[in-house]
Amino acid sequence: MVAELEFLNSIPYFSGLDPAELEPITRLVLEKTVDRGELVALEGEPATNLYIVASGAVKVFKTSADGKEQILSIVRSGESFNDVAIFDGGPNPASARTMGPVVLYKIAKDDMKAVLRAHPRIALNVIKVLASRVRDLLSLVEDLSFKHVISRVARILAEQVEGETAAGPRLTQQEMAAMAGTAREVVGRSLKILEEEGAIKLDRHRIIITDKGVLQKMMEFG
Amino acid sequence: MAEMPLIDPGKCDGCGLCVGVCHCNALAIVENVVTIDSGTGCDWCTDCEAVCSTGAITCPFEIVVQ
Repeated sequence: MVAELEFLNSIPYFSGLDPAELEPITRLVLEKTVDRGELVALEGEPATNLYIVASGAVKVFKTSADGKEQILSIVRSGESFNDVAIFDGGPNPASARTMGPVVLYKIAKDDMKAVLRAHPRIALNVIKVLASRVRDLLSLVEDLSFKHVISRVARILAEQVEGETAAGPRLTQQEMAAMAGTAREVVGRSLKILEEEGAIKLDRHRIIITDKGVLQKMMEFG
Repeated sequence: MAEMPLIDPGKCDGCGLCVGVCHCNALAIVENVVTIDSGTGCDWCTDCEAVCSTGAITCPFEIVVQ
């Protein structure tokens, strides 16, 4: 099944094109339906297609040698992934897994290159998308490199229960991220590390501080 | 009753992404707004909160000392 012209025209990659220009491109874009939890790109593998999410959400992430996962982004309807590998010719720089049922539009690497050569406007759109991606990733690099997020998250947790005798306040990962000056994805990973270190235990909707001494040590980590 | 994510119906745009990512099948879109089936369990994976671009669904953690 080929992609909907109206949908393609609404996404950053193909915006600003006349229907007559876009129509031949729709024939190169194929629809793919994927179930929840499927791996649609694997880090290090050759990349053959550019993917655009038509509906649903896809998690783009890197995995460390010891199996730790760092989410780079959550890609939603109208956004793309696998762009870098398509344009630089290298392997997939990250993995991508569907978070629910997803409809993807895929366009083969060689077809995308032909489209770029034929439509300078799309090339400009792609530059804009990639520049925006670089900006987001630089922000993530800053968080991961300089901000010692684990110690900040540890401090936030400790502060919430300071002097509390009853149940403490409730915080979302988004709120902790805002307090730590970081991204939600980094908070998620920090909580997992704090759990692995034995400072806390994640028990469904509860963060249980199991060892104040270890939490204190993690606060000084930064 | 099991603790469930919080919904702000006023912020929900009915996109349904949260329904798709919920592996407990605890969420549904009813009349264009997300609703929770509180009879279903929730393992607090927080994926619904992560995919919600309008902030309509939140999974706050209670922070306690053991």
